[in-house]
Amino acid sequence: MIAALATLGQSTLGLLAAIGRVCLFAFSVVTHMLRPPFYIREFSQALLNIGFFSLPVVGLTALFTGGALALQIYAGGARFNAEAVVPSIVSIGMVRELGPVLSGLMVAGRVSASIAAELASMKVTEQIDALVTLSSNPLKYLAVPRVLAATLTLPILVAVGDSIGIFGGYLVGVNSLDFNAAGYLKNTVTFLELWDVTSGLIKGAVFGFILSIMGCYHGMNSGRGAQGVGRATINAVVSSSILILAANYLLTSLFFTS
Amino acid sequence: MIELRNIHKAFGKKEILRGMNLSVPKGESMVIIGGSGSGKSVTLKCILGLIAQDKGEIFIEGKNAQDATDRDAFLARFGMLFQGGALFDSMSVWQNVAFRLLRGTEKKTPLEAREIAIEKLRRVGLSPDVADQYPAELSGGMQKRVGLARAIAADPEIIFFDEPTTGLDPIMAGVINTLIREIVVEMGATSIAITHDMTSVRAISDKVAMLYDGEIKWTGAVGDMDTADDPYLQQFITGAPDGPITTA
Ligand SMILES: Nc1ncnc2c1ncn2[C@@H]1O[C@H](COP(=O)(O)OP(=O)(O)OP(=O)(O)O)[C@@H](O)[C@H]1O
Ligand SMILES: [Mg+2]
Repeated sequence: MIAALATLGQSTLGLLAAIGRVCLFAFSVVTHMLRPPFYIREFSQALLNIGFFSLPVVGLTALFTGGALALQIYAGGARFNAEAVVPSIVSIGMVRELGPVLSGLMVAGRVSASIAAELASMKVTEQIDALVTLSSNPLKYLAVPRVLAATLTLPILVAVGDSIGIFGGYLVGVNSLDFNAAGYLKNTVTFLELWDVTSGLIKGAVFGFILSIMGCYHGMNSGRGAQGVGRATINAVVSSSILILAANYLLTSLFFTS
Repeated sequence: MIELRNIHKAFGKKEILRGMNLSVPKGESMVIIGGSGSGKSVTLKCILGLIAQDKGEIFIEGKNAQDATDRDAFLARFGMLFQGGALFDSMSVWQNVAFRLLRGTEKKTPLEAREIAIEKLRRVGLSPDVADQYPAELSGGMQKRVGLARAIAADPEIIFFDEPTTGLDPIMAGVINTLIREIVVEMGATSIAITHDMTSVRAISDKVAMLYDGEIKWTGAVGDMDTADDPYLQQFITGAPDGPITTA
Protein backbone atom coordinates (compact mmCIF):
# COMPACT_ATOMS: atom_id res chain seq x y z
CA MET A 1 0.00 0.00 0.00
CA ILE A 2 2.64 2.47 1.10
CA ALA A 3 4.89 1.27 -1.69
CA ALA A 4 2.10 1.90 -4.20
CA LEU A 5 1.53 5.38 -2.82
CA ALA A 6 5.25 6.07 -2.95
CA THR A 7 5.37 5.01 -6.59
CA LEU A 8 2.38 7.20 -7.36
CA GLY A 9 3.93 10.15 -5.57
CA GLN A 10 7.23 9.60 -7.28
CA SER A 11 5.75 9.47 -10.77
CA THR A 12 3.62 12.54 -10.04
CA LEU A 13 6.71 14.40 -8.90
CA GLY A 14 8.57 13.15 -11.95
CA LEU A 15 5.81 14.37 -14.23
CA LEU A 16 5.68 17.78 -12.54
CA ALA A 17 9.44 18.10 -12.80
CA ALA A 18 9.29 17.23 -16.51
CA ILE A 19 6.58 19.83 -17.09
CA GLY A 20 8.69 22.37 -15.25
CA ARG A 21 11.73 21.58 -17.38
CA VAL A 22 9.76 21.89 -20.62
CA CYS A 23 8.29 25.22 -19.49
CA LEU A 24 11.73 26.55 -18.55
CA PHE A 25 13.06 25.37 -21.89
CA ALA A 26 10.22 27.07 -23.79
CA PHE A 27 10.75 30.23 -21.77
CA SER A 28 14.47 30.41 -22.49
CA VAL A 29 13.88 29.77 -26.20
CA VAL A 30 11.48 32.71 -26.25
CA THR A 31 13.91 35.01 -24.43
CA HIS A 32 16.69 34.00 -26.82
CA MET A 33 14.40 34.85 -29.74
CA LEU A 34 14.47 38.47 -28.70
CA ARG A 35 18.22 38.86 -28.24
CA PRO A 36 20.94 38.89 -30.91
CA PRO A 37 22.76 37.27 -32.59
CA PHE A 38 20.12 36.18 -35.08
CA TYR A 39 20.93 33.33 -37.41
CA ILE A 40 19.21 34.31 -40.63
CA ARG A 41 20.54 31.44 -42.72
CA GLU A 42 19.42 28.81 -40.26
CA PHE A 43 16.03 30.52 -40.03
CA SER A 44 15.45 30.50 -43.78
CA GLN A 45 16.53 26.88 -43.95
CA ALA A 46 14.00 26.07 -41.23
CA LEU A 47 11.25 28.00 -43.04
CA LEU A 48 11.88 25.89 -46.10
CA ASN A 49 12.04 22.57 -44.24
CA ILE A 50 9.14 23.16 -41.90
CA GLY A 51 6.83 25.30 -44.00
CA PHE A 52 7.35 24.65 -47.64
CA PHE A 53 8.04 20.93 -47.54
CA SER A 54 5.01 20.32 -45.33
CA LEU A 55 2.66 21.70 -47.97
CA PRO A 56 1.98 18.40 -49.78
CA VAL A 57 1.24 16.53 -46.54
CA VAL A 58 -1.09 19.21 -45.25
CA GLY A 59 -2.74 19.71 -48.65
CA LEU A 60 -3.51 16.04 -49.24
CA THR A 61 -4.78 15.53 -45.70
CA ALA A 62 -7.09 18.51 -46.04
CA LEU A 63 -8.34 17.50 -49.48
CA PHE A 64 -9.48 14.06 -48.42
CA THR A 65 -10.85 15.25 -45.11
CA GLY A 66 -12.87 18.02 -46.76
CA GLY A 67 -14.34 15.47 -49.18
CA ALA A 68 -15.20 12.99 -46.46
CA LEU A 69 -16.68 15.76 -44.34
CA ALA A 70 -19.03 16.76 -47.17
CA LEU A 71 -20.22 13.16 -47.52
CA GLN A 72 -20.79 12.76 -43.79
CA ILE A 73 -22.63 16.02 -43.32
CA TYR A 74 -24.78 15.26 -46.33
CA ALA A 75 -25.69 11.85 -44.92
CA GLY A 76 -26.30 13.28 -41.46
CA GLY A 77 -28.17 16.29 -42.77
CA ALA A 78 -30.47 14.05 -44.84
CA ARG A 79 -31.93 12.63 -41.63
CA PHE A 80 -33.69 15.93 -40.98
CA ASN A 81 -33.87 17.32 -44.48
CA ALA A 82 -30.98 19.72 -43.98
CA GLU A 83 -28.69 18.70 -46.85
CA ALA A 84 -28.32 22.36 -47.77
CA VAL A 85 -26.06 23.03 -44.78
CA VAL A 86 -23.21 21.00 -46.31
CA PRO A 87 -21.21 23.96 -47.74
CA SER A 88 -21.38 26.10 -44.63
CA ILE A 89 -20.75 23.29 -42.14
CA VAL A 90 -17.83 21.98 -44.20
CA SER A 91 -16.22 25.41 -44.28
CA ILE A 92 -16.88 26.22 -40.63
CA GLY A 93 -15.75 22.79 -39.47
CA MET A 94 -12.68 23.02 -41.63
CA VAL A 95 -11.44 26.48 -40.63
CA ARG A 96 -12.34 26.30 -36.95
CA GLU A 97 -11.39 22.76 -36.11
CA LEU A 98 -10.13 20.30 -38.69
CA GLY A 99 -7.80 22.59 -40.60
CA PRO A 100 -5.68 23.59 -37.60
CA VAL A 101 -5.87 20.26 -35.78
CA LEU A 102 -5.07 18.08 -38.78
CA SER A 103 -2.32 20.38 -40.01
CA GLY A 104 -0.93 20.49 -36.47
CA LEU A 105 -0.94 16.72 -36.12
CA MET A 106 0.46 16.01 -39.56
CA VAL A 107 3.23 18.57 -39.12
CA ALA A 108 3.88 17.22 -35.63
CA GLY A 109 4.43 13.79 -37.16
CA ARG A 110 6.67 15.15 -39.85
CA VAL A 111 8.50 18.07 -38.36
CA SER A 112 8.76 17.44 -34.64
CA ALA A 113 10.03 13.95 -35.41
CA SER A 114 12.64 15.24 -37.80
CA ILE A 115 13.73 18.04 -35.46
CA ALA A 116 14.02 15.60 -32.57
CA ALA A 117 15.94 13.03 -34.61
CA GLU A 118 18.29 15.63 -36.06
CA LEU A 119 19.09 17.35 -32.78
CA ALA A 120 19.32 14.05 -30.91
CA SER A 121 21.88 12.69 -33.32
CA MET A 122 23.78 15.96 -33.04
CA LYS A 123 23.74 15.52 -29.29
CA VAL A 124 24.84 11.90 -29.48
CA THR A 125 27.75 12.69 -31.81
CA GLU A 126 28.84 15.60 -29.55
CA GLN A 127 27.99 18.18 -32.22
CA ILE A 128 25.98 20.15 -29.67
CA ASP A 129 28.99 20.16 -27.31
CA ALA A 130 31.11 21.29 -30.25
CA LEU A 131 28.70 24.16 -30.93
CA VAL A 132 29.09 25.32 -27.35
CA THR A 133 32.87 25.23 -27.51
CA LEU A 134 32.69 27.27 -30.72
CA SER A 135 30.86 29.98 -28.75
CA SER A 136 27.47 29.37 -30.29
CA ASN A 137 24.53 28.89 -28.00
CA PRO A 138 22.68 25.76 -29.19
CA LEU A 139 19.37 27.23 -28.07
CA LYS A 140 19.94 30.24 -30.27
CA TYR A 141 21.53 28.43 -33.14
CA LEU A 142 19.36 25.30 -33.26
CA ALA A 143 16.13 25.85 -31.35
CA VAL A 144 15.22 29.48 -32.02
CA PRO A 145 15.22 29.28 -35.85
CA ARG A 146 13.11 26.12 -35.81
CA VAL A 147 10.60 27.32 -33.23
CA LEU A 148 10.23 30.68 -34.90
CA ALA A 149 9.81 29.12 -38.33
CA ALA A 150 7.21 26.62 -37.10
CA THR A 151 5.23 29.25 -35.21
CA LEU A 152 5.16 31.56 -38.21
CA THR A 153 4.51 29.01 -40.95
CA LEU A 154 1.87 26.86 -39.27
CA PRO A 155 -0.84 29.56 -39.68
CA ILE A 156 0.04 29.72 -43.37
CA LEU A 157 -0.13 25.96 -43.66
CA VAL A 158 -3.48 26.05 -41.84
CA ALA A 159 -4.79 28.66 -44.28
CA VAL A 160 -3.68 26.54 -47.21
CA GLY A 161 -5.20 23.45 -45.59
CA ASP A 162 -8.47 25.29 -44.96
CA SER A 163 -8.76 26.33 -48.58
CA ILE A 164 -7.88 22.93 -49.95
CA GLY A 165 -10.25 21.22 -47.49
CA ILE A 166 -13.12 23.47 -48.52
CA PHE A 167 -12.20 22.81 -52.13
CA GLY A 168 -12.31 19.05 -51.41
CA GLY A 169 -15.81 19.48 -50.00
CA TYR A 170 -16.77 21.50 -53.05
CA LEU A 171 -15.51 18.81 -55.45
CA VAL A 172 -17.49 16.13 -53.69
CA GLY A 173 -20.53 18.39 -53.29
CA VAL A 174 -20.67 19.35 -56.92
CA ASN A 175 -19.62 16.07 -58.48
CA SER A 176 -21.33 13.43 -56.40
CA LEU A 177 -23.92 15.23 -54.30
CA ASP A 178 -25.48 17.25 -57.12
CA PHE A 179 -24.93 20.65 -55.61
CA ASN A 180 -25.02 23.62 -57.89
CA ALA A 181 -21.46 24.97 -58.20
CA ALA A 182 -22.27 28.65 -57.79
CA GLY A 183 -24.73 27.99 -54.98
CA TYR A 184 -22.16 25.86 -53.10
CA LEU A 185 -19.58 28.62 -53.26
CA LYS A 186 -22.08 31.27 -52.24
CA ASN A 187 -23.17 29.27 -49.19
CA THR A 188 -19.57 28.63 -48.25
CA VAL A 189 -18.76 32.31 -48.15
CA THR A 190 -21.99 33.74 -46.73
CA PHE A 191 -21.96 31.94 -43.42
CA LEU A 192 -18.25 32.10 -42.75
CA GLU A 193 -17.14 34.80 -40.30
CA LEU A 194 -13.71 36.33 -40.07
CA TRP A 195 -13.26 35.14 -36.49
CA ASP A 196 -13.86 31.54 -37.62
CA VAL A 197 -10.80 31.85 -39.82
CA THR A 198 -8.55 33.85 -37.50
CA SER A 199 -9.25 31.65 -34.51
CA GLY A 200 -8.05 28.69 -36.57
CA LEU A 201 -4.91 30.55 -37.61
CA ILE A 202 -4.14 31.44 -33.98
CA LYS A 203 -4.53 27.78 -33.09
CA GLY A 204 -2.10 26.99 -35.89
CA ALA A 205 0.54 29.31 -34.45
CA VAL A 206 0.14 27.77 -30.99
CA PHE A 207 0.41 24.24 -32.41
CA GLY A 208 3.49 25.22 -34.39
CA PHE A 209 5.11 26.51 -31.22
CA ILE A 210 4.19 23.36 -29.31
CA LEU A 211 5.43 20.87 -31.88
CA SER A 212 8.73 22.63 -32.50
CA ILE A 213 9.42 23.14 -28.79
CA MET A 214 8.76 19.46 -28.12
CA GLY A 215 10.97 18.45 -31.04
CA CYS A 216 13.83 20.64 -29.83
CA TYR A 217 13.43 19.74 -26.17
CA HIS A 218 13.44 15.99 -26.72
CA GLY A 219 16.22 16.21 -29.28
CA MET A 220 18.54 18.31 -27.15
CA ASN A 221 17.90 16.21 -24.04
CA SER A 222 18.25 12.90 -25.80
CA GLY A 223 19.86 9.91 -24.12
CA ARG A 224 23.03 8.30 -25.39
CA GLY A 225 23.38 6.14 -28.47
CA ALA A 226 21.03 5.21 -31.29
CA GLN A 227 18.45 4.14 -28.75
CA GLY A 228 18.46 7.65 -27.30
CA VAL A 229 17.72 9.09 -30.74
CA GLY A 230 14.83 6.68 -31.26
CA ARG A 231 13.32 7.45 -27.89
CA ALA A 232 13.68 11.21 -28.39
CA THR A 233 11.79 10.96 -31.67
CA ILE A 234 8.94 8.94 -30.20
CA ASN A 235 8.65 11.25 -27.20
CA ALA A 236 8.59 14.31 -29.42
CA VAL A 237 5.79 13.01 -31.64
CA VAL A 238 3.65 11.59 -28.85
CA SER A 239 4.00 14.56 -26.53
CA SER A 240 3.43 17.15 -29.23
CA SER A 241 0.34 15.33 -30.56
CA ILE A 242 -1.23 15.07 -27.14
CA LEU A 243 -0.37 18.64 -26.23
CA ILE A 244 -1.80 19.87 -29.54
CA LEU A 245 -5.11 18.11 -28.87
CA ALA A 246 -5.22 19.39 -25.31
CA ALA A 247 -4.35 22.93 -26.38
CA ASN A 248 -7.00 22.69 -29.07
CA TYR A 249 -9.64 21.93 -26.48
CA LEU A 250 -8.46 24.76 -24.23
CA LEU A 251 -8.33 27.28 -27.07
CA THR A 252 -11.72 26.23 -28.40
CA SER A 253 -13.33 26.65 -25.03
CA LEU A 254 -11.53 29.95 -24.58
CA PHE A 255 -12.58 31.26 -28.00
CA PHE A 256 -16.10 29.99 -28.35
CA THR A 257 -17.73 29.79 -24.94
CA SER A 258 -18.83 33.00 -23.38
CA MET B 1 47.54 28.23 -16.20
CA ILE B 2 44.81 25.66 -15.74
CA GLU B 3 44.17 24.33 -12.29
CA LEU B 4 41.80 21.58 -11.21
CA ARG B 5 41.21 21.28 -7.49
CA ASN B 6 39.58 18.25 -5.96
CA ILE B 7 37.19 17.53 -8.85
CA HIS B 8 34.50 14.95 -8.22
CA LYS B 9 32.10 13.69 -10.83
CA ALA B 10 29.70 10.76 -10.72
CA PHE B 11 27.13 9.59 -13.26
CA GLY B 12 24.39 8.05 -11.18
CA LYS B 13 26.13 5.70 -8.79
CA LYS B 14 29.22 5.41 -10.95
CA GLU B 15 31.97 7.65 -9.57
CA ILE B 16 34.27 8.65 -12.38
CA LEU B 17 36.41 11.38 -10.85
CA ARG B 18 37.07 11.33 -7.12
CA GLY B 19 39.20 14.22 -6.09
CA MET B 20 41.23 14.91 -9.19
CA ASN B 21 43.97 17.56 -8.91
CA LEU B 22 45.94 18.81 -11.86
CA SER B 23 47.73 21.97 -12.85
CA VAL B 24 49.00 22.91 -16.27
CA PRO B 25 51.28 25.97 -16.39
CA LYS B 26 50.76 28.49 -19.17
CA GLY B 27 52.39 27.52 -22.43
CA GLU B 28 52.97 23.93 -21.41
CA SER B 29 51.79 20.79 -23.05
CA MET B 30 50.23 18.27 -20.70
CA VAL B 31 49.27 14.77 -21.73
CA ILE B 32 46.77 12.79 -19.71
CA ILE B 33 47.06 9.06 -20.01
CA GLY B 34 44.85 6.45 -18.43
CA GLY B 35 42.69 3.46 -19.17
CA SER B 36 39.60 3.46 -21.31
CA GLY B 37 36.65 4.80 -19.36
CA SER B 38 38.80 6.34 -16.63
CA GLY B 39 37.29 9.79 -17.18
CA LYS B 40 39.80 11.57 -19.39
CA SER B 41 37.21 12.95 -21.79
CA VAL B 42 34.96 13.83 -18.86
CA THR B 43 37.81 15.88 -17.36
CA LEU B 44 38.13 18.01 -20.49
CA LYS B 45 34.37 18.50 -20.66
CA CYS B 46 34.33 19.65 -17.04
CA ILE B 47 36.96 22.29 -17.76
CA LEU B 48 34.92 23.55 -20.71
CA GLY B 49 31.74 23.54 -18.62
CA LEU B 50 30.01 21.03 -20.91
CA ILE B 51 29.58 18.81 -17.85
CA ALA B 52 29.19 20.29 -14.39
CA GLN B 53 31.41 18.71 -11.77
CA ASP B 54 29.73 17.62 -8.54
CA LYS B 55 32.45 19.08 -6.35
CA GLY B 56 35.71 21.00 -6.68
CA GLU B 57 36.86 24.06 -8.59
CA ILE B 58 38.54 24.77 -11.88
CA PHE B 59 40.68 27.87 -12.29
CA ILE B 60 41.79 29.37 -15.58
CA GLU B 61 44.53 31.98 -15.08
CA GLY B 62 43.50 32.20 -11.45
CA LYS B 63 39.82 32.84 -12.19
CA ASN B 64 37.16 30.33 -11.25
CA ALA B 65 35.72 28.97 -14.49
CA GLN B 66 32.22 28.85 -13.04
CA ASP B 67 32.27 32.60 -12.40
CA ALA B 68 32.75 33.42 -16.07
CA THR B 69 29.75 35.60 -16.84
CA ASP B 70 30.42 35.89 -20.55
CA ARG B 71 30.46 32.25 -21.63
CA ASP B 72 31.14 33.12 -25.25
CA ALA B 73 34.23 35.16 -24.42
CA PHE B 74 35.38 32.45 -22.02
CA LEU B 75 35.01 29.72 -24.63
CA ALA B 76 36.57 31.84 -27.36
CA ARG B 77 39.92 31.20 -25.66
CA PHE B 78 39.60 27.45 -26.15
CA GLY B 79 39.93 25.09 -29.04
CA MET B 80 38.75 21.53 -28.66
CA LEU B 81 39.27 18.45 -30.76
CA PHE B 82 36.56 15.97 -29.80
CA GLN B 83 37.30 12.28 -29.57
CA GLY B 84 34.72 11.48 -32.25
CA GLY B 85 35.49 14.55 -34.36
CA ALA B 86 32.02 16.05 -33.73
CA LEU B 87 31.95 17.67 -37.15
CA PHE B 88 28.70 19.32 -38.19
CA ASP B 89 27.40 17.00 -40.86
CA SER B 90 25.08 19.60 -42.35
CA MET B 91 28.05 21.76 -43.37
CA SER B 92 30.92 21.37 -45.77
CA VAL B 93 34.42 20.77 -44.45
CA TRP B 94 35.64 24.34 -44.86
CA GLN B 95 32.52 25.72 -43.17
CA ASN B 96 33.21 23.39 -40.27
CA VAL B 97 36.77 24.58 -39.96
CA ALA B 98 35.80 28.23 -40.33
CA PHE B 99 32.73 27.96 -38.07
CA ARG B 100 33.98 30.37 -35.46
CA LEU B 101 35.51 32.71 -38.03
CA LEU B 102 32.17 33.10 -39.78
CA ARG B 103 30.35 34.13 -36.62
CA GLY B 104 30.69 36.25 -33.53
CA THR B 105 32.37 39.53 -32.83
CA GLU B 106 35.52 39.03 -34.88
CA LYS B 107 33.63 37.83 -37.91
CA LYS B 108 35.55 37.50 -41.15
CA THR B 109 34.23 37.63 -44.69
CA PRO B 110 33.43 34.21 -46.18
CA LEU B 111 36.32 34.59 -48.61
CA GLU B 112 38.90 35.29 -45.89
CA ALA B 113 37.46 32.59 -43.67
CA ARG B 114 37.65 30.07 -46.46
CA GLU B 115 41.26 30.96 -47.14
CA ILE B 116 42.19 30.48 -43.48
CA ALA B 117 40.26 27.20 -43.43
CA ILE B 118 42.14 25.89 -46.45
CA GLU B 119 45.46 26.91 -44.90
CA LYS B 120 44.56 25.08 -41.65
CA LEU B 121 43.49 22.02 -43.66
CA ARG B 122 46.83 22.05 -45.41
CA ARG B 123 48.57 22.12 -42.04
CA VAL B 124 46.82 18.93 -40.99
CA GLY B 125 47.78 17.27 -44.27
CA LEU B 126 44.52 17.66 -46.17
CA SER B 127 44.41 18.97 -49.73
CA PRO B 128 42.19 21.92 -50.70
CA ASP B 129 39.77 19.69 -52.63
CA VAL B 130 38.35 18.26 -49.42
CA ALA B 131 37.23 21.78 -48.45
CA ASP B 132 33.97 21.48 -50.34
CA GLN B 133 33.22 17.91 -49.38
CA TYR B 134 30.92 16.94 -46.53
CA PRO B 135 32.21 15.21 -43.39
CA ALA B 136 30.24 12.04 -44.16
CA GLU B 137 32.27 11.65 -47.37
CA LEU B 138 35.59 11.51 -45.50
CA SER B 139 37.36 8.60 -43.83
CA GLY B 140 37.57 8.46 -40.05
CA GLY B 141 41.16 9.66 -39.98
CA MET B 142 40.38 12.53 -42.33
CA GLN B 143 37.46 13.58 -40.15
CA LYS B 144 39.76 13.60 -37.17
CA ARG B 145 42.15 15.91 -38.99
CA VAL B 146 39.31 18.23 -40.01
CA GLY B 147 38.34 18.33 -36.33
CA LEU B 148 41.92 19.25 -35.52
CA ALA B 149 41.91 22.01 -38.14
CA ARG B 150 38.68 23.36 -36.63
CA ALA B 151 40.17 23.31 -33.13
CA ILE B 152 43.15 25.44 -34.18
CA ALA B 153 41.34 27.63 -36.74
CA ALA B 154 40.85 30.66 -34.50
CA ASP B 155 44.34 30.43 -32.91
CA PRO B 156 43.08 29.74 -29.37
CA GLU B 157 45.31 30.19 -26.29
CA ILE B 158 44.24 26.88 -24.77
CA ILE B 159 43.80 23.76 -26.87
CA PHE B 160 42.44 20.36 -25.89
CA PHE B 161 43.11 17.34 -28.04
CA ASP B 162 41.08 14.24 -27.27
CA GLU B 163 42.99 11.35 -28.87
CA PRO B 164 44.36 13.28 -31.86
CA THR B 165 46.12 10.35 -33.48
CA THR B 166 43.66 7.51 -32.96
CA GLY B 167 42.66 6.08 -36.31
CA LEU B 168 45.59 7.57 -38.22
CA ASP B 169 48.32 5.63 -39.95
CA PRO B 170 51.75 5.87 -38.26
CA ILE B 171 53.12 8.42 -40.70
CA MET B 172 50.10 10.70 -40.45
CA ALA B 173 50.18 10.25 -36.68
CA GLY B 174 53.77 11.46 -36.77
CA VAL B 175 52.78 14.48 -38.84
CA ILE B 176 50.00 15.35 -36.40
CA ASN B 177 52.30 14.91 -33.41
CA THR B 178 54.80 17.31 -34.93
CA LEU B 179 52.02 19.72 -35.78
CA ILE B 180 50.66 19.73 -32.25
CA ARG B 181 54.16 20.32 -30.90
CA GLU B 182 54.63 23.19 -33.36
CA ILE B 183 51.32 24.80 -32.50
CA VAL B 184 52.12 24.71 -28.82
CA VAL B 185 55.62 26.11 -29.32
CA GLU B 186 54.79 28.69 -32.02
CA MET B 187 51.55 30.02 -30.62
CA GLY B 188 52.60 29.63 -27.02
CA ALA B 189 49.36 27.83 -26.42
CA THR B 190 48.61 25.84 -23.30
CA SER B 191 47.45 22.39 -24.22
CA ILE B 192 46.03 19.26 -22.71
CA ALA B 193 46.04 16.17 -24.87
CA ILE B 194 44.62 12.75 -24.20
CA THR B 195 46.22 9.81 -25.88
CA HIS B 196 46.84 6.11 -25.54
CA ASP B 197 49.73 6.21 -27.93
CA MET B 198 53.07 6.30 -26.06
CA THR B 199 54.96 7.56 -29.14
CA SER B 200 52.56 10.45 -29.23
CA VAL B 201 53.06 11.09 -25.50
CA ARG B 202 56.81 11.40 -26.00
CA ALA B 203 56.42 13.56 -29.09
CA ILE B 204 54.00 16.16 -27.83
CA SER B 205 54.19 16.48 -24.09
CA ASP B 206 56.20 18.50 -21.61
CA LYS B 207 54.42 16.82 -18.74
CA VAL B 208 52.47 13.65 -18.27
CA ALA B 209 49.66 12.87 -15.84
CA MET B 210 48.34 9.40 -15.23
CA LEU B 211 44.64 9.15 -14.35
CA TYR B 212 43.50 6.03 -12.58
CA ASP B 213 40.61 5.34 -10.22
CA GLY B 214 39.38 8.92 -10.39
CA GLU B 215 42.65 10.51 -9.32
CA ILE B 216 45.94 11.57 -10.81
CA LYS B 217 48.28 8.79 -9.66
CA TRP B 218 51.45 10.23 -11.09
CA THR B 219 52.47 13.45 -12.74
CA GLY B 220 55.84 14.67 -13.87
CA ALA B 221 58.04 15.64 -16.78
CA VAL B 222 57.95 13.35 -19.77
CA GLY B 223 61.68 12.67 -19.36
CA ASP B 224 61.12 11.27 -15.87
CA MET B 225 58.37 8.95 -17.00
CA ASP B 226 60.56 5.92 -17.71
CA THR B 227 62.56 6.13 -14.53
CA ALA B 228 59.61 6.83 -12.24
CA ASP B 229 58.96 3.99 -9.85
CA ASP B 230 55.17 4.39 -9.78
CA PRO B 231 53.78 0.89 -10.37
CA TYR B 232 50.61 2.16 -12.10
CA LEU B 233 52.58 4.26 -14.54
CA GLN B 234 55.09 1.51 -15.27
CA GLN B 235 52.36 -1.00 -15.98
CA PHE B 236 50.63 1.46 -18.29
CA ILE B 237 53.79 2.29 -20.22
CA THR B 238 54.83 -1.30 -20.68
CA GLY B 239 51.30 -2.56 -21.22
CA ALA B 240 51.88 -5.48 -18.85
CA PRO B 241 48.75 -7.49 -18.11
CA ASP B 242 49.83 -8.02 -14.47
CA GLY B 243 50.16 -5.20 -11.99
CA PRO B 244 48.16 -2.89 -9.77
CA ILE B 245 45.79 -1.95 -12.64
CA THR B 246 43.13 -4.61 -12.93
CA THR B 247 41.41 -5.17 -16.21
CA ALA B 248 38.39 -7.09 -14.98
N1 LIG C 1 27.09 11.98 -20.26
C1 LIG C 1 27.38 10.84 -19.61
N2 LIG C 1 26.41 10.16 -18.96
C2 LIG C 1 26.67 9.02 -18.30
N3 LIG C 1 27.90 8.46 -18.22
C3 LIG C 1 28.90 9.07 -18.85
C4 LIG C 1 28.69 10.29 -19.59
N4 LIG C 1 29.89 10.67 -20.11
C5 LIG C 1 30.79 9.74 -19.73
N5 LIG C 1 30.20 8.78 -18.97
C6 LIG C 1 30.88 7.63 -18.36
O1 LIG C 1 32.03 8.10 -17.71
C7 LIG C 1 33.10 7.18 -17.87
C8 LIG C 1 34.33 7.90 -18.37
O2 LIG C 1 34.10 8.36 -19.67
P1 LIG C 1 35.21 9.08 -20.54
O3 LIG C 1 34.59 9.34 -21.85
O4 LIG C 1 35.75 10.23 -19.80
O5 LIG C 1 36.32 7.96 -20.67
P2 LIG C 1 37.78 8.12 -21.29
O6 LIG C 1 38.74 8.10 -20.17
O7 LIG C 1 37.80 9.29 -22.19
O8 LIG C 1 37.88 6.76 -22.09
P3 LIG C 1 38.41 6.49 -23.60
O9 LIG C 1 39.88 6.40 -23.49
O10 LIG C 1 37.81 5.18 -23.93
O11 LIG C 1 37.94 7.61 -24.42
C9 LIG C 1 32.61 6.09 -18.78
O12 LIG C 1 32.32 4.97 -18.00
C10 LIG C 1 31.35 6.64 -19.39
O13 LIG C 1 30.42 5.61 -19.56
MG1 LIG D 1 37.65 9.58 -24.11
